Amino acid sequence: MTVMDPQTPLETTAERREREKRERYYAASQWTLIWWRFRRHRAAMAGAAILLTMAFLGLFAEFFAPYGPTERNRDYVSGPPQVPMFCDQNGCSLRPFVHGTRTVRDPVTLRATAEPDPETRRHVAFFVPGEPAMLLGAIPISTRLFGLEDGAQLHLWGTDTLGRDVFSRTLYATRTSLSIGVLGVLISFVLALVIGGVAGYFGGLIDSAIQRVTEVVRVIPIIPLYMGLAAAMPKEWSSTQVYFAMTLILGLFGWPTLARRIRSQLLSIRGEDYVLAAQLAGARPARIIGSHMLPSFTSFIIVDLVISFPYMILSETALSFVGLGLRPPAVSWGVMLQQAQSVQVIEQAPWLFIPAGFVVLAVLAFTIVGDGLRDAADPYGQAG
Amino acid sequence: MVRFLAERSFGMIVTLFMVSVMVFFIMELPPGDFAERYAFRKFSGTGVTITPADIAAIRAELGLDQPAVVRYFDWISGIVLRGDFGQAYAFDTSVNNVIGQKVWLTLGLLFATLIITYLISVPIGIYAAVRRGGAADYGLTLFSYLGLALPNFLLALVLLYFANLWFGASVGGLFSAEYAEAPWSAAKLWDLMKHMWLPALVLGWSAMAYQIQTVRATMSDEIGKLNVTAARARGVPETRLLLKYPARLALNPVVSTIGFDVNRIFSELPIVAAVLGLTELGDLLLKSFLDLDMNVAGAILLMLTVVIVVMNFVSDLLLAWLDPRIRLGG
Repeated sequence: MTVMDPQTPLETTAERREREKRERYYAASQWTLIWWRFRRHRAAMAGAAILLTMAFLGLFAEFFAPYGPTERNRDYVSGPPQVPMFCDQNGCSLRPFVHGTRTVRDPVTLRATAEPDPETRRHVAFFVPGEPAMLLGAIPISTRLFGLEDGAQLHLWGTDTLGRDVFSRTLYATRTSLSIGVLGVLISFVLALVIGGVAGYFGGLIDSAIQRVTEVVRVIPIIPLYMGLAAAMPKEWSSTQVYFAMTLILGLFGWPTLARRIRSQLLSIRGEDYVLAAQLAGARPARIIGSHMLPSFTSFIIVDLVISFPYMILSETALSFVGLGLRPPAVSWGVMLQQAQSVQVIEQAPWLFIPAGFVVLAVLAFTIVGDGLRDAADPYGQAG
Repeated sequence: MVRFLAERSFGMIVTLFMVSVMVFFIMELPPGDFAERYAFRKFSGTGVTITPADIAAIRAELGLDQPAVVRYFDWISGIVLRGDFGQAYAFDTSVNNVIGQKVWLTLGLLFATLIITYLISVPIGIYAAVRRGGAADYGLTLFSYLGLALPNFLLALVLLYFANLWFGASVGGLFSAEYAEAPWSAAKLWDLMKHMWLPALVLGWSAMAYQIQTVRATMSDEIGKLNVTAARARGVPETRLLLKYPARLALNPVVSTIGFDVNRIFSELPIVAAVLGLTELGDLLLKSFLDLDMNVAGAILLMLTVVIVVMNFVSDLLLAWLDPRIRLGG
């Protein structure tokens, strides 16, 4: 005999939708709930979109950037940005174009400088052939997203003092700077897990000793500390070695905040019955921490990781900016900004300051996404 | 109270000892040692041939052939007992001479920054909490995001650019050209004050953004408390009411993070100093790191950290004075 749910036939469509929505909500996992709440945070979604776009552009820089990071255009040194246009004094065109350049001699200094030639037009083309390069380090490509017809060079954001394309370099720099952030955060995450885990799980004397060390790392001003470690890198190291050393340096001292969080969370749930049960069952500390205790606050750890990104990126930028971080030919936002250190440069070639916009945008986006995640991960926040 | 003081002082000494070990470790990190760099600096380009034996002689003369532990105790006892930070190889003089008056300039800059930071952030934070949800509040939230996102050295560049554009004159540095080498006088002090506000503002930028948020958050929590409602019901005037109850408590988190703010300011000091052309310790620290003049760098790093530790201590004391719950160990 089947028992009919007496309510089902009487339910209107609207009521059913309402009920299904409720059921979905009750059945949703913690992560689904977090995602639902996060999705409604518009600013955070925008921030996430910006970050994903940056990561995507950086990852496929070989395709999006018209030129290599060290390729020089000797005919267009310190050239201003070329903005594609549809109309000029000679009429309009359906295809965007930029003016060609001609070299003139400055009547006073006699130096050859590039100057736009309004009489010639170079049309913008898509999927143009370029120098062969390896996409993701594995896929050979020789096509670029855009460029100019007839092999002329298009410098969307101008060129630097050596004639290198600022737009292309910014994309490659985005990859370097973001990846240093990721690696640095990962290293400090592992360290925080071990240090905070040991301190919080065992407590007592071990905890006090670790707290003292944490205190010391927290009390030394961080950028000077990084500077000291970075200054110790031998001058003859290759830029790859320096790159990995930098991630290590940034990661080695980024752990105190997260370690503190993990410690205090572990201390607070150390006495729970399920921890005791696991201990009685003979599980080892690493297993109890890793698979029994950590999952109860994974979301907080993720929030803290996202929030610690900006500090990594800002530190790297600051160090490279003063010449103690990455070294050319490596290119990061900080390395690019090294050229824009004085007011004179900003007055004469303001486009060299464009990477600063990326730094600000990335840090802002990470901060907003972190805030959004924190609100979304809070189980007592407004339900979605 | 005595017990509280004793505990904090002991903790401070332990921390300082560990900090000094850490600083010494950093001084030892770069490849090569003082003797090699000293010999290179002094004799390169002079035509004198330096043999490994000469370097070993310098090393022995300076006691650098001793094991690291002995050298550490030589170094730290020199500092603690005689206030002697050793030799600065790049300048061929003692570290004390190189650093000299710059310590006072740096401390002056630090206090100017702290004063400007708190004078701006506390009232604004209180105002934002009182007018919660208003246009000013949103504007401030935006500002505090920017405070985090715009690195100080970029802010410094932007401000320099606009200062050049509007005033035409250079506002960088700590002194006008005519006072840079002049002996101290009232006029020079006044000149310093006129130059100090820009670096102070730049250095305090992120601390300001952070403190506005903290004050606003504490204030908003406190305004809704029953004691405030009760006082309002008694007819206490609004301004007095705000200052007497919530504002007093909103000061606590600010006071307890003074050490943290000093840390943040010192952290950004070397790079801001390089951009703004400030001739104090931050700038010297950066130059010494670039030159690998580790005795100078280590001395400065140690000094900055000592100031931070002391300020932490001061902030603990201030907090205990402000809040009896802490003083009495509640």
